[in-house]
Amino acid sequence: MAIELKDVSFSYPNGYLANEHLNLTINQGEKVGIIGQNGAGKTTAVKLMNRLNKPTEGDVIIDGINTKDKTTAQIAKYVGYVFQNPDDQIFNQTVKDEVRYMLKKSRMDPKLIKEKSDRALELTGLIDSKRKNPFDLPLPTRKFLTIAAVIATDPKYIILDEPTAGLDIRGIEVLEKLMDTLTAEGMGVITITHDMEFVARNFDRIVVMAHKNIIMDSTAQEVFARNDIIEDARIKKPEIALIAEVLGIREEILFVDELVDLLP
Amino acid sequence: MSEYIELKNVTYNYPLTKRPSLDSVNCHFEEGKVYGIIGENASGKTTLCNLVRGLIPFFYNGELEGEVLIDGKDVREWDEAELSVKIGYVFQNPFTQISGVKDTVFEEVGIGIENLGMPKEEMIQKIIEVCRLLKIEELIQKNPLELSGGQCQRVSFASIIAMDSKIIVIDEPTSQLDPEGTKDVFEIIQLLKEAHKTIILVEHKVDLIAKYCDEVVVMSKGTVVMQGSTHEVLSSDRLFEYGAPIPQAAILGHRMTEAGKRLDRIPITNEEAVELIRKRGGNEVWQSN
Repeated sequence: MAIELKDVSFSYPNGYLANEHLNLTINQGEKVGIIGQNGAGKTTAVKLMNRLNKPTEGDVIIDGINTKDKTTAQIAKYVGYVFQNPDDQIFNQTVKDEVRYMLKKSRMDPKLIKEKSDRALELTGLIDSKRKNPFDLPLPTRKFLTIAAVIATDPKYIILDEPTAGLDIRGIEVLEKLMDTLTAEGMGVITITHDMEFVARNFDRIVVMAHKNIIMDSTAQEVFARNDIIEDARIKKPEIALIAEVLGIREEILFVDELVDLLP
Repeated sequence: MSEYIELKNVTYNYPLTKRPSLDSVNCHFEEGKVYGIIGENASGKTTLCNLVRGLIPFFYNGELEGEVLIDGKDVREWDEAELSVKIGYVFQNPFTQISGVKDTVFEEVGIGIENLGMPKEEMIQKIIEVCRLLKIEELIQKNPLELSGGQCQRVSFASIIAMDSKIIVIDEPTSQLDPEGTKDVFEIIQLLKEAHKTIILVEHKVDLIAKYCDEVVVMSKGTVVMQGSTHEVLSSDRLFEYGAPIPQAAILGHRMTEAGKRLDRIPITNEEAVELIRKRGGNEVWQSN
């Protein structure tokens, strides 16, 4: 079971080519980080996975089914997308209504709706904010609400677009635990992020994008060991890796504790 | 040194809220310095910005107690328009700042100075100059509503810089930006600092605060719990308790202490960490490998 992009290209209606011949397979239960500079084509690429963007060329296969003749609504059951800007997504008057909206649309049994939406709010730390108006909540909390609304629908894969933007340490902890829970349950979690400490801590697999394409697909250790890739994608190593590099340590160090152990 | 902004025992409730968003806040901001404001989410950072900028009490009503002195005069006595020129504000969500009434980035950047009645030629020069500074020249013909998050953030920055305010309040300018865009923003902050602007910056990327700010203010649960020089504040282990972000170099320093490998002091930047580790010696251990 996987999302497969097969030789996919995408141009915007104005002719701007944003992705060129992408090939990528993401399995259920996998946690994948997508990194690269602004404008590298990351958001465009993930929107191809749920048909918010329709490929100009190539095929997007989800769990063996070619999505060519499917609508975005049909795909949304499989691949949930959490927008970069929560205000692009939220429109209900209460947190509870926002999380339940999609479930109600699918005419689910009310008991099941409550169960699924409460669990999503629990996982995102919002269970006590059910009756609040989303627009009275701070931006990071609104972001968690949009995540909750998507996980309530039980997709097979979830795409998180810059989920750490504006989050404090506690918020990031909630997010990390949430991603672990979801992948443990077999969901594929695809995350776009600029936070390299977060990348190093959380993802076994990292996809590096630059020039409208994928330039590396590997582990954090291997990606951050490649100075040529770092430079080409215009990304930055985690701070600890930079310190270790200046000290002349040859081993690829990504975490504080690794460096502390190594230092005399 | 003149006190530019001073908050004395300030408590504020947004309308219809029971709990104050700011609770007995005391802090001060001096002319020409760069201040980093850090703290966990919902600790009152944005509310503090709203207050300094005059959005409280002019836009949000609510209950305001205590004194907010700007150039010695209470915020409630300032003329709203005058204050908006004196203090520029770059919003947290750039999409909030984009006016939505301008068709091009060029016009959007000029929206503030247009309202100030700047002569046309001068205005055009100013817009070009600011767009060059922020590296958005290529975007000037685009519709502001078609921009990516990062591009949008730069445009909202540009429209404020064009106003030439003495004080600039910036609420998380880099949250949507990649490392390169983030570096650009901090370079702009450096340029503004050199031009003797006072900058009040809310930012989670504490490694950059360590590098660029003169002072740091830490907020927790609606109040200011620490204010001091950047080094003094960011090297403190009290930050753990307040849920505030801590530079990786400082975490390394604290962990070294716990492991019985204490450095001379807690570093707050990578350069300082490298210097202190080298000074501590024993480097041959890994260099011989």
